[in-house]
Amino acid sequence: MPVYNDSRKNIIKLIFISLFVIIILRLITLQILTNKYKNLAEDQGIFRRVVYPDRGLIFDRKKNNILQNASISDLMVTPNKIKDIDTFLLCQILNIDTNQFKKRVVDLIIKNGRSRPSVFEPLLSEEKMALLNESMFKFSPAFYLQERSIRSYPYSAAANVFGYTAEVDTNFLKKHPDEGYVAGDFAGMTGLERSYEKVLMGVRGIEYWKRDNKNRLTERLEKGIYDTAAIAGQNLYSSLDIELQALGEKLMQNKLGSIVAIDPKTGGILAMVSAPTYEPKYLTGSERRKHFSELFLNPALPLLNRTVSASYSPGSTFKTLQALIGLHEGVINTSTTFSCSGAFYGCGSGKPMRCLDPGVFDLQRAITVSDNTYFANVMQRVINNPKYASVDKALLNWDKYMYAFGLGHKLGVDVPSEKSGNIPTPKYYDKVYGKDRWNFCTFRSVSIGQGEVDVTPLQVANEMAYIANKGWYIIPHVIDSIEGGDKFQLLSKYKNKINPIDIPDTIFEVVHNGMQGVVEHGTGIGAKVKDIEICGKTGTVENYFKGVKQQNHSFFCGFAPRKNPKIAIMCVVENSGRFGGTYAAPIVGLMIEKYLKDSITDKSRLDKIEQLSKLNLIPPRIKAAINKQDSIKKSKEQILSSKGLIKLIKDTVGIEDDQPDKDDMIYEMNRRNKKNQEENDTSNHNKAIKPKNNIEVIKKKGLKNVQQ
Amino acid sequence: MYQKKILQNQNKDWPIIWLYAVIAIIGLICIFSVEYREQDQIINSFLAFKKNYSKQFFYLLACVVVATFILLTDSKFFTATPNLLYLLGIVLMLATFVVGKTVNGSKSWIPLGFMNLQPVETCKIFASLALAKYLSQPDTDFTKGRSQLIATAICFLPIIFSVLQNETGLALVYFSFLLPMYREGFPPIYLIIGAFLGILLVTALLFTPFQLIIGFTLISVVVIYFLIRKIKRNKSLLITIITIWALSIFFVGVAVPFLFKHVFQKYQADRIFSMVGRDNPYTDSKTVDLVETEKSKKIKSETENYNVKQSKIAIGSGGFLGKGFLKGTQTQGDFVPEQHTDFIFTSLGENFGFIGCAILMMLYLGLLLRIIMIAERQRSTFSRVYAYSVASIIFFHVAVNICMTIGLAPVIGITLPLMSYGGSSLLTFTILIFILVRLDADRQMVLR
Repeated sequence: MPVYNDSRKNIIKLIFISLFVIIILRLITLQILTNKYKNLAEDQGIFRRVVYPDRGLIFDRKKNNILQNASISDLMVTPNKIKDIDTFLLCQILNIDTNQFKKRVVDLIIKNGRSRPSVFEPLLSEEKMALLNESMFKFSPAFYLQERSIRSYPYSAAANVFGYTAEVDTNFLKKHPDEGYVAGDFAGMTGLERSYEKVLMGVRGIEYWKRDNKNRLTERLEKGIYDTAAIAGQNLYSSLDIELQALGEKLMQNKLGSIVAIDPKTGGILAMVSAPTYEPKYLTGSERRKHFSELFLNPALPLLNRTVSASYSPGSTFKTLQALIGLHEGVINTSTTFSCSGAFYGCGSGKPMRCLDPGVFDLQRAITVSDNTYFANVMQRVINNPKYASVDKALLNWDKYMYAFGLGHKLGVDVPSEKSGNIPTPKYYDKVYGKDRWNFCTFRSVSIGQGEVDVTPLQVANEMAYIANKGWYIIPHVIDSIEGGDKFQLLSKYKNKINPIDIPDTIFEVVHNGMQGVVEHGTGIGAKVKDIEICGKTGTVENYFKGVKQQNHSFFCGFAPRKNPKIAIMCVVENSGRFGGTYAAPIVGLMIEKYLKDSITDKSRLDKIEQLSKLNLIPPRIKAAINKQDSIKKSKEQILSSKGLIKLIKDTVGIEDDQPDKDDMIYEMNRRNKKNQEENDTSNHNKAIKPKNNIEVIKKKGLKNVQQ
Repeated sequence: MYQKKILQNQNKDWPIIWLYAVIAIIGLICIFSVEYREQDQIINSFLAFKKNYSKQFFYLLACVVVATFILLTDSKFFTATPNLLYLLGIVLMLATFVVGKTVNGSKSWIPLGFMNLQPVETCKIFASLALAKYLSQPDTDFTKGRSQLIATAICFLPIIFSVLQNETGLALVYFSFLLPMYREGFPPIYLIIGAFLGILLVTALLFTPFQLIIGFTLISVVVIYFLIRKIKRNKSLLITIITIWALSIFFVGVAVPFLFKHVFQKYQADRIFSMVGRDNPYTDSKTVDLVETEKSKKIKSETENYNVKQSKIAIGSGGFLGKGFLKGTQTQGDFVPEQHTDFIFTSLGENFGFIGCAILMMLYLGLLLRIIMIAERQRSTFSRVYAYSVASIIFFHVAVNICMTIGLAPVIGITLPLMSYGGSSLLTFTILIFILVRLDADRQMVLR
């Protein structure tokens, strides 16, 4: 007889229910109370893929594409998938040993974790790519190739104008927290790449992908409704004439110096040559780092954009401005004459300024033959004008003109690292000589563009545009327009004419006459071009290095045609010796001819180009430094690294202006290592007057204006 | 016509049939969501018999046919043939040793061409019937030790073959027959001892023997301290406590290590330990270099943990409402291994969240309680024992399978009844349930 254990059914039910309750409670903790699993699932099941937009392109004035994108591959690795792969073969292809391989992987694991793909070797060279492509299947899935876009330069010119992009570092990321940069991104570091980074970079897109257990991306999450599309960087239309730029770079081969050409009507920069320059593609792709340190350590400073970052005394090119001031102030008129009997004796006979050909000159002729005495007299009259209560006031008035001509301050060009140059102020002289302890004679060499005046090549070119326009200029700029609109108001300051002082056209006509004379039959005859009325002015700038007189800088600036000017241009050839007319003038002539006639066909002119481009005018000092550097490169690097300077070589810079510019740093570094340049002066008279400690003061205060 | 009439006239329990159908369809949907990818053509692949969901669909149709046949069968057939069927089951299990096919490391399958049959699975039916038959015999006195022993032997015989076939997981199912036996008067002391041993086993996994000896001694001292008065009156109590203490120490110190070293396969021991988050301390690889074993152990336990981790991630990421049908990233990304079979619950958890899981749990609980209700309304012992057997088997499967997906039980290959992909499993549960329905339809008769 079976026993009826009726109550036991309840116990069994209780067992069933209690276990189910335990399961339900467990599910509550798993599914509702914690987000841990949700995050884990997203981590492994969803892949957030950043889609890099193409950087914006740059076009020249003829709509030639002068800056493009090309693609190159990175070798990516997912450390936790490295299993049974032919490490030896991979090392062989990449040209590393197994220890380096291990070290890299360990570093990446520390940096990025095991399961995330990291860049194992960025920017593979073409040969490595070819070898890898062949045997990639042996290394997958741990290794794969990821394409990325790099800059390419169809004309291989204008390297310093474009600048370069480089990987951002932690410092950069700290400074731009909300701009969407992440480690490994590239950003513009110098040149236009930097000035227009905001528009060129575009907007990054994000794609959400489903990922499977093999870490393969299978399909878009929810068919892509959470995705944001990448927006390509905006294209820039520049005023550059790439052929003119290339010609300029050719002419400046084997020389130090620069050429700046501006369209005076628009302020658009037509050419911006800084010599020596470099092959722009050197700073993209796989060899980037090597090339960078080479360029960086080159004593000739190829990474320095001399057109905006180097400043010189303007020399005789300054005289045109003196003429404008003298006429406008009324201290001279067109028929005023001064005679020169060999030197300027207005300050006694101590150390007179020599003039080249003695005689009696009116203004026009004084410009044409570049007479020192005439302009010393003009400036003396301006400074000692009884209209002004003191020399201070008179000098301030003179400064006002200079600022109006675009000197003594940063113009605001859209190429970074612009220098302001220097126009001496009463304050400046008070500091150097003491209050009321100076007068015109103290700084008389300023009247002929020596002494304490410093200008950048860009400022000189702009000054030419000002004269060509008869009294106004537009801030020089490379970029004219931005495709799709100027959202960040980057170009608004390049729309207005700047016209601070109203000087009548008649005054300019006189100066134009003089300048035309310079080219027609004066010092700048080398710039002469058939059928084109060119106005120009030569400059021969004396300069010193460590107190030793160096070969003169050769200057030439001008504009053409005289009526309806289309190009304002300046050229400086550093330490070329001789006179301004010798080298700079023919270069300017060829540039003007090329621009205005579109091409140079004449045989003799073509020969001239070849001849000039072959001419080697690199000062022996720099040549020696280069040779020396090659031999002591190793020890030098040791010194640099011991001083902590080698850090500079890492490709990292902030974009802000409050940061020291990269160029500044390069400049500073080179100065420290190789040079200690002094103020220069035509006639050494400053030395005689200045107490020794004042030279020190100038050195310190005026470092930025030290000439190259 | 005649058959149709029989079906109509039968006093069938519809709720249980509905529960069966709903759970089976949920299972089909879950299998579909595991395998379906966006570009698939649903109708074509459903009919193609290539994808798992398509196969499961046809298995389900086959089950309908089988269920109909069972309902058409005279209920006396089930009371008359259990011993024969049980014998058949044992023969089939023995046959696997000869013609068996190895799937996932266990040689427990017999290939039938269109499907693989796992005798240990089907044998559950026969064992249930045999147990019911034995207990319902008039000359069985279940209060006697001999009858209890025979009943236990009927239930546990398949375990031996199953373990020999390397299929420990399914063998464990046969322990669920303890519940119907308990219902029929099996002394609860065995269940209590069983439960106690279970607890001891778990603690033995969690702690080292040394810690356990100290722990047990402390507990004994505390118990003796509180029962000091009773012990003064009754000395045998003290002896009992000391015996339990000694046996416990013997169990954790000798029996458990023995179990892990010699009874379980190494991978099974590893799984059990990985569930409690420990490395298997009973690996007898002392001759191998120490560093090497450390490494391999780590890799091993990582892979063992992988299934459970992925399963928990999939279920946990479902949240309250789930990600939506076919929107589970873990399911679509094939992160959970064996998701269509043993881990089918994860697909439900991810796609339909806590709500979906809770509803399924309610359905299962409803099914179980309904079966108990049916069991209790039977006039014949045979039907009652059988019903309890069915409930216990389903309960064991559901509880262990779900616990294993949410990390409460070691991963042993146990399917989720009616949900998991697989003809063998689905057919077994169909037969189990529909025999019950058939028996219940004749509950007014006294079946022997």
